[in-house]
Amino acid sequence: MMKLIYWVPLLPLLGFLVNGMGRRKLSKSAVSLIGCGTVLVSFLISILIFLEVKAPGFQAHPFELFPFIRAGNLNISFSFLVDQLSVLFLLIITGVGTLIHIYSTAYMKEEEGPHYARYFAYLNLFVFSMLLLVLGSNYVVMFMGWEGVGLCSYLLIGYWFKNGEYNDAAKKAFIMNRIGDLGFLLAIFWMIGQYGSVNFSDVFSRAPETSLTVVTGITLLLFIGATGKSAQIPLYTWLPDAMAGPTPVSALIHAATMVTAGIYMIARSNILFTLAPLSQHVVAVVGLVTALFAATIALKQNDIKKVLAYSTVSQLGYMFLGLGVGAYTGAVFHVMTHAFFKALLFLGAGSVIHAMHHEQDIRNMGGLRRYLPVTHLTFLIGCLAIAGIPPFSGFFSKDEILAAALVKSPLYYVFGVIGALMTAFYMFRLYALTFRGKFRGTHDQEHHLKESPSAMTVPLIVLAILAAVSGFLGVPEIFAPDAHWLHHFLSPIFEDSMQIAGPSMEMGHGTELALMFGVVAAIALVIVWAWRTYSRYEKSDAAETGLGKVLQDKWYVDEIYDAVVSRPLKSLSIFLDDVVERSGIDGIVNGVGRVVQYGSRQFRLLQSGQVGSYILIMVIATVLFFILQLFWKF
Amino acid sequence: MPVNYYIFLSAALFCIGIMGVLTRRNAIVIFMCVELMLNAVNLLLVAFSKMHHLRALATDAQTTVGTDAQLFVFFIMVVAAAEVSVGLAIIVMMYRNIHSVDVNFLNRLKH
Repeated sequence: MMKLIYWVPLLPLLGFLVNGMGRRKLSKSAVSLIGCGTVLVSFLISILIFLEVKAPGFQAHPFELFPFIRAGNLNISFSFLVDQLSVLFLLIITGVGTLIHIYSTAYMKEEEGPHYARYFAYLNLFVFSMLLLVLGSNYVVMFMGWEGVGLCSYLLIGYWFKNGEYNDAAKKAFIMNRIGDLGFLLAIFWMIGQYGSVNFSDVFSRAPETSLTVVTGITLLLFIGATGKSAQIPLYTWLPDAMAGPTPVSALIHAATMVTAGIYMIARSNILFTLAPLSQHVVAVVGLVTALFAATIALKQNDIKKVLAYSTVSQLGYMFLGLGVGAYTGAVFHVMTHAFFKALLFLGAGSVIHAMHHEQDIRNMGGLRRYLPVTHLTFLIGCLAIAGIPPFSGFFSKDEILAAALVKSPLYYVFGVIGALMTAFYMFRLYALTFRGKFRGTHDQEHHLKESPSAMTVPLIVLAILAAVSGFLGVPEIFAPDAHWLHHFLSPIFEDSMQIAGPSMEMGHGTELALMFGVVAAIALVIVWAWRTYSRYEKSDAAETGLGKVLQDKWYVDEIYDAVVSRPLKSLSIFLDDVVERSGIDGIVNGVGRVVQYGSRQFRLLQSGQVGSYILIMVIATVLFFILQLFWKF
Repeated sequence: MPVNYYIFLSAALFCIGIMGVLTRRNAIVIFMCVELMLNAVNLLLVAFSKMHHLRALATDAQTTVGTDAQLFVFFIMVVAAAEVSVGLAIIVMMYRNIHSVDVNFLNRLKH
């Protein structure tokens, strides 16, 4: 059964090639069939592989496809590694990916044939890149997938390429990612220099022997790569702008692929990070700051997709917090639950936008629960899950991260809880503004409101079920001993790190339960508050003032980046263009030409055509040589 | 006779030749001056050759050192004669074309 592993990434690649090349010939239904079918078959194969990995006595070993790079002592093979971690990601990527593909067939229905095929080709390439990323058994294959994901995000964010702003957003995503990729690339080079190999197994087995400085350096560089791809401070600004793409693409980027790449990479390199406590602290602090920072921005956004985008940044911050405090299982768990509820929320938002005819401002919505019952119910489940209300999935994963944070430092815990409260607030602000109260849009919009087709609602229902129940894969120990299935499943991946880190302090069960209930109660209060406040929302033209305006304008981070990085760079390039290029280099080139022209005009006068003068010059020169020879002995 | 005399004589002849070439415009006169320069050098060759031969004779009565250049001069004269015939032919052609042997008319390359 393991032999089938090649087909998992290969099928989406084939789908990409067929749809991409035949985009002018294939009919829309054929394109949908190829696009969804390839990913669906990949998903089915992934399930088979998952069952095999789950069976007792499974041993992970890399599958080599072909030798890839051979230089001196360095051997890099193109090989796949199937183990508990990668198979879990396979399921998430292909599973959520399939649902998003199916959803897209309805959402993108109005696109013209070739563009429709182009969309599905990109989507398949995206899934392929992500699969390559999680399947690679060394950092180079992972990096190829990493770059592929970056490329596809560019292509899909700029899918409507006729809009200049969307193109800018696409370029921003690409460039921000490139900055991070440089860190990843440097880390790979350092590993090659240090360990002479980029295989996970070699690097991890040799890492404990190397000095702390080297491991810290490598891990920090890896983390820079992760901040780019997973949208952490300081490289997070591309993610909210990535909303320019079609909504299913946002769901794909935010839930199943792309942003989880950084989490996967750090979870995969858990041994390196455990060996470098400083890096762990950096990861935890950056994650926590991002979680809080993005949550504050989300409080005041009015674009339905922007709120979700900032909530993704914030939730990714939680995952990094989990990684930073050594709760690798918790972070991966949160990746999984987040994939379900964030895909659900984005697809739900897409359904709303679809019904509202591309209206995205939640101030113009309201009362949609009457018109979109399925979307409303599934969206509510998504909101409850992300807010962390038991028994929905977000509660379990977030609780696990927060518990691990508390063991590490109470400060992490306090800020983490504040972030969770803000999450509950902005999600229910979003929910109440969209679905509660009375409709605030135009009559024309109200007239056309109707529930989306089943191709869109079925994925919503499936995701809602997953978002509701997937939390039971990781029930905390205090409720039922040994009930944390995910922990057992992933233990082969993280056991070395656990050994290095040593046994962590255990909290008393009483305290843990008390804190858990306290937090849930606080979240419930916040939800009620947000619900009541925004259900009665009346549209007003009063502009935000004070802190509200700062939050609405996203702390002016884009403006700061513009002033600190973009504008100095631009003026530097203008300087180089005007002064160095035009006056300097052009001056030299033109000057050489002018000197030669002037010189030749003067020397031309010597060519008088008078034989006598030629001979005279010849004689004078000869005499000069004689005189020279008299004074200098050569 | 000391070799100095020959050197001065040939230097004088050579200078006369140069001055002639530089100052005169008649192609035939220039040509004669060129010949004068050539023969000044020839004269010097013979003089040095003779000098070397006398030196060598002082140690060995049978030696032939220094005689070869005296023969070589004849070859130069033969070549010079061939050259003269070509040169004069050119001057004749020149006169036929422009009805003058003034070299200052021959500045058409300039244009």
